[in-house]
Amino acid sequence: MAELTDRPFPPGDYPLIVVGSGPGALQHSYALSRLGVPHAVLSADPSPGGMFRRWPFFQRLLSWTKPYAPVERGTRAYERFDWNSLLADEPENRALQPSLMDGSSYFPARAEMEANLVAFARRTDIRVRYECPWESTRVEETRDGRRYVLTTPDGEYRTPTVVFAVGIAEPWAPSTPGMELAYHYADTKPAETYAGKCVFIIGKQVSAFELATGLLQWARRIVLASPSPAQLSVVTKTLVGVRARYVQPYEDHVLGGGVFILDASIEAISRRGAELVVRTRRSDNGQQLDVDADDVIAATGFVAPLRDLPSLGVATFGHSKLPSLTPFWESSVAPGIFFAGTITQAAGGLKKHGVPANSGAVHGHRYNGRVLARHLASTRFGVELPRPSVDPDRLLDFVLEELTQGPEIWHQRAYLARVVSASPDAGLRDDGFVPLAHFLDSGGGDALAITIEADGTGAIYPVLYARTGGTMSEHVLPASPVLDFASPEHREMVVDVIGKLGVQAPV
Amino acid sequence: MAGQDEIADTLAGLAMFSDLSTPQLQSVAHTFEERFFPEGERILRQGLTGSGFFVILDGQCSILVDGQQRATLSRGDFFGEVSILLGEPPVADVVATTPVRTLFLAGPAVESFLVGQPRVMYRMLQAQARRLRNANRWRS
Repeated sequence: MAELTDRPFPPGDYPLIVVGSGPGALQHSYALSRLGVPHAVLSADPSPGGMFRRWPFFQRLLSWTKPYAPVERGTRAYERFDWNSLLADEPENRALQPSLMDGSSYFPARAEMEANLVAFARRTDIRVRYECPWESTRVEETRDGRRYVLTTPDGEYRTPTVVFAVGIAEPWAPSTPGMELAYHYADTKPAETYAGKCVFIIGKQVSAFELATGLLQWARRIVLASPSPAQLSVVTKTLVGVRARYVQPYEDHVLGGGVFILDASIEAISRRGAELVVRTRRSDNGQQLDVDADDVIAATGFVAPLRDLPSLGVATFGHSKLPSLTPFWESSVAPGIFFAGTITQAAGGLKKHGVPANSGAVHGHRYNGRVLARHLASTRFGVELPRPSVDPDRLLDFVLEELTQGPEIWHQRAYLARVVSASPDAGLRDDGFVPLAHFLDSGGGDALAITIEADGTGAIYPVLYARTGGTMSEHVLPASPVLDFASPEHREMVVDVIGKLGVQAPV
Repeated sequence: MAGQDEIADTLAGLAMFSDLSTPQLQSVAHTFEERFFPEGERILRQGLTGSGFFVILDGQCSILVDGQQRATLSRGDFFGEVSILLGEPPVADVVATTPVRTLFLAGPAVESFLVGQPRVMYRMLQAQARRLRNANRWRS
């Protein structure tokens, strides 16, 4: 661990600074390094891991890694089945997570995920100045342009480009009267503390159900409450809602076993003798309902710890106080301030059919971090990105392979697209991955964007976008019950679409 | 919750939600998702599938058909419902002309929301009737 505790990057001027040492920062720093982009990395933590150094509370992740998958471990296609490893070019640094799991579950334990991230940082030589918390920010206008000054206990850092990968990890609770009598999910006590207790959990998101699941065998009664009904991922058919692993309290509720799930707003918490009383108001009829409890836990989420960035003009929105971003994850009002990691979910993309991208999880934002690195390398460091030519005779297979195996478009549905451009001079070129919103809205020459999408009914299907002569067309291909997107029907439809680019291919 | 409470307060001032009680407003605030769009960003895309229903909380948008501006929308206005109700892609772009804060409901969730909130559906019908009346006036 010596190399992890060395303290590189003393205060000074840097061409780019990454803040954070969780998976978002590690992935982005790795990708920058492989593109030759010089940068410093600062972190408040003493070691890699970010939020996985502490959470989830019940010590097992919600995102799976399948040690035994239909494709070979370590291949690009395997990334579809491994939601937790970071991405590496070198074969020996890929798919680290499955080798660190003990076989008891395909959901890694928290410690296994932390070990995965520590191993990635060590093996890929990601250098971080640990225990150097970013404390405040100011702007200096210089002859060379805008500089951001990051203040830390070690001194000041100056840079024209800063990437914040600080997670959505700051506990947040509403200012409901009496909230001081409750405590946040982040401060939940050891499970056995709740033996025989009545526990009131504010919220119906995943963290609320995680707590309820972990307390089923301890608590005498569990109440979960928030104004709107609980959503379940098996009903939304997306990652929106309570994940299947935590549905047990819901079943207990509907079978009348001692868990109560209320659709009600929380109006106040007060003390009555030794117990607490939560005053709620039902959403369906507006009637007051008082509920007594020994403990009240606010599973009301986390916000992005943006510190003083709003004072620099960084606009925020929503429950998680997310920054307003461009499709390439740059603040829409403070140029030069970018974001990586879970905060990239602030750039929501198209959210077609209401289905969000997976930017709030490692298996989504790891791709955003790599796309952002290419964007920064190209636009701010003059790096000429490779644009390999694509043989017209191979374009059909190129598209079908991407649809059936590509992990980027699989995990970031209707969000990232692989783009092949076509021009008389350069022919067909593989332009790599870009945000779909950027492709649709930025204009440009003839090109094809390859995506996978979902509509919330359980259907997963390819969609191609063809930009020809300045006009965009959308081509929705059929779903397949066995996810076979290279069927004769799909081949025929892809041939039709690539024909718009002037490419003729045999069916 | 503070964020949703603030949204519920904002909704109370919009005609479409003006018949709802406070608990109902809070439920709506939890049902919709807040989305923010920088100036110049396309919110709704003409001809693309999978769109949603939006209510503007702050800011202004332009409606463009084939690149030609047809109308301006602002606080309290809503859009996206026509394509959802008809099951067709939008016939116009909607572009943020200022930073725009919206409430968003995915297309597949709109029917159950409106059926569950008949007073909102009625107010929405009134707004549609006004739009139809104005369109007819413009044509006559």
